[in-house]
Amino acid sequence: MTTFPDRLKTLHASRRTPDRAAVYLQFSGIEDLPITYDQLLRGANAYASTLVREGIKPGEVVILILQHGEDLVYAFWGAILHGAIPSIMPFLTEKLSPERYRADLSALVSVTKPAAIITYPEFAGEVRAALQDGDSVGSVIVTDQIEQQTNLDFNALAGFSRNAEDIVLLQHSSGTTGLQKGVALSHQAVFNQLNAYGQSLSLDENDVIVSWLPLYHDMGLIAGFIMPVLSGVPLVLMSPFDWVRAPYRLMQSVSKYHGTLMWLPNFAYNFSAQKIRDRHIEGVDLSSLRAIINCSEPVRWESHLAFYERFKSYGLKLESLQTSYAMAENVFSVTQSPLGSVPVADEIDREAFMVERVVKSPFDGRPSMRMMSSGRPLANVKVKIVNEQGQGLPERAIGEIALQSDCMLNGYYNRPDLSEKAFLDGWYLTGDYGYISNGEVFVSGRKKDMIIVGGKNVYPQDLEMLTYEVPGVHAGRSVAFGMFDETQGTEEVVILAEVDSEDADEQQKVADAIRLHVTKNSAIALRYVKVVGPKWILKTSSGKTARSANKEKFLKELEVSK
Amino acid sequence: MTDTIISNIESYIAAQILKQPNRRIASDESLISSGLIDSFSLMDLALFVEDTFGVRIEDTELNANTFDTLTQLASLVESRRK
Repeated sequence: MTTFPDRLKTLHASRRTPDRAAVYLQFSGIEDLPITYDQLLRGANAYASTLVREGIKPGEVVILILQHGEDLVYAFWGAILHGAIPSIMPFLTEKLSPERYRADLSALVSVTKPAAIITYPEFAGEVRAALQDGDSVGSVIVTDQIEQQTNLDFNALAGFSRNAEDIVLLQHSSGTTGLQKGVALSHQAVFNQLNAYGQSLSLDENDVIVSWLPLYHDMGLIAGFIMPVLSGVPLVLMSPFDWVRAPYRLMQSVSKYHGTLMWLPNFAYNFSAQKIRDRHIEGVDLSSLRAIINCSEPVRWESHLAFYERFKSYGLKLESLQTSYAMAENVFSVTQSPLGSVPVADEIDREAFMVERVVKSPFDGRPSMRMMSSGRPLANVKVKIVNEQGQGLPERAIGEIALQSDCMLNGYYNRPDLSEKAFLDGWYLTGDYGYISNGEVFVSGRKKDMIIVGGKNVYPQDLEMLTYEVPGVHAGRSVAFGMFDETQGTEEVVILAEVDSEDADEQQKVADAIRLHVTKNSAIALRYVKVVGPKWILKTSSGKTARSANKEKFLKELEVSK
Repeated sequence: MTDTIISNIESYIAAQILKQPNRRIASDESLISSGLIDSFSLMDLALFVEDTFGVRIEDTELNANTFDTLTQLASLVESRRK
């Protein structure tokens, strides 16, 4: 039984004079910054001492509102060394309204009850504005008031008294709904995941992980931060904001550091294939990559193919393109396609799948579709497919994916009600639909009303609430849903809103207002808005808007207008 | 000249980014700081401008400080074409 601090201490002892760093931080326009284990522990120790100074107790939650950089790395591991529970929250972006950000932060504080928030001095005012008298936050710690010249004394650090079953970190997804569900993970659960996942990947010290993924999502936090640091595998880390403006840098970094593993959401394959110019990747060598793992949104064969075609002349191997199915509730990975060969694809009858929701082999030349496997369950994970009553279903029958493992969440933090609802007879119900064939898991859709845009989970009810705030839109007269965009390889959010007016100009004005309001107040940039006249939106008998019925109606009209 | 550049970029943004071909965009309307164009679309816009006008826009320039309106983007294009 071990804990994060124990593992860090071991790594520190075995890597006193490392010739390669634990983390290489990359920035736009300046030199890469290597951080050795010794530097990492000293930087973290300074934060741990600061938490002691501020009276933060082990077991209390500390929220980190920091951007890509040294402070984020040190603050995270500093909280760990002190035995506090870190949770990383996204930083305010240019497009987001400060008022919304404050409201989200207040919502997070009210449920999670953190004892401290760590941020930059210039952002402290913004953070304080979200706080209320008498709430849990005892101190807002700023990065220029961190204890200096602290001695690294393992015996003095409270984190070494933590137990393996204790909660080590919290992970939230975005939006009003997501912020109220902090996934609480124990040291032991994370190590069980790292052991099983490391085995699936044949992870060893010759690996180099390259990542641009944000640390407030499970994929970035686990695969692109915690796993490499705790496994002694070097991590090359860039900011998501730099990547989106210059996706070629990821390729340059793989080449420079001989990267062997990276994780990408499906849209990133399309984005990279379409938007990288030859002039930016001259001489780049991608042959060191053992696996590029497609994860966190539905995996598409077409996206892999486009990526491969674009980069094969740079040494990219087709068999390096892999898939995984993952979720924060299982720490991260549930399944992984076996490395070294192309993931299994299943040709199935399109109509049977779309209409009857069953998986059949295509026959008589009927149209087929290619489902890509997300791989096999990790050694410590059991997966089964269940029907609405929770009964197990046979091979190739579509149902809800349920799982059992020794790396499940401890619970949703301070939300025992949600934690209880998530399980049925000891099985965690994922809210995803899928089927199993020859031991391979195929994910086919979602039960829960959630849209995945570029790897980000957004809840339609949050977007609809925002739409109601726009003048001219009445409560209950809007629906939000996702529509798959082939070119981008991800879902595009569509918002339909009903207004009293049939006037096109008037509707246009409301559409613009919705686009602006939703973009400023959510994690997405909304593009597709359709404002319609009275009685367009279909309602169910309960009065609730039926998202799928309206989506169908919208798609039909779109088809007709083409 | 500037007008041609502006209307060319305007149609691209309306049709391809906003998915509303009939949408008009004022030449002084803010594009980036208003959230009308997000970071993913910004990359598309830069590639479109590079290909259409034969100029280069570096990734470090993809922000509201370099250009935030059609007028500013058009003058950036013109200055690079000389």
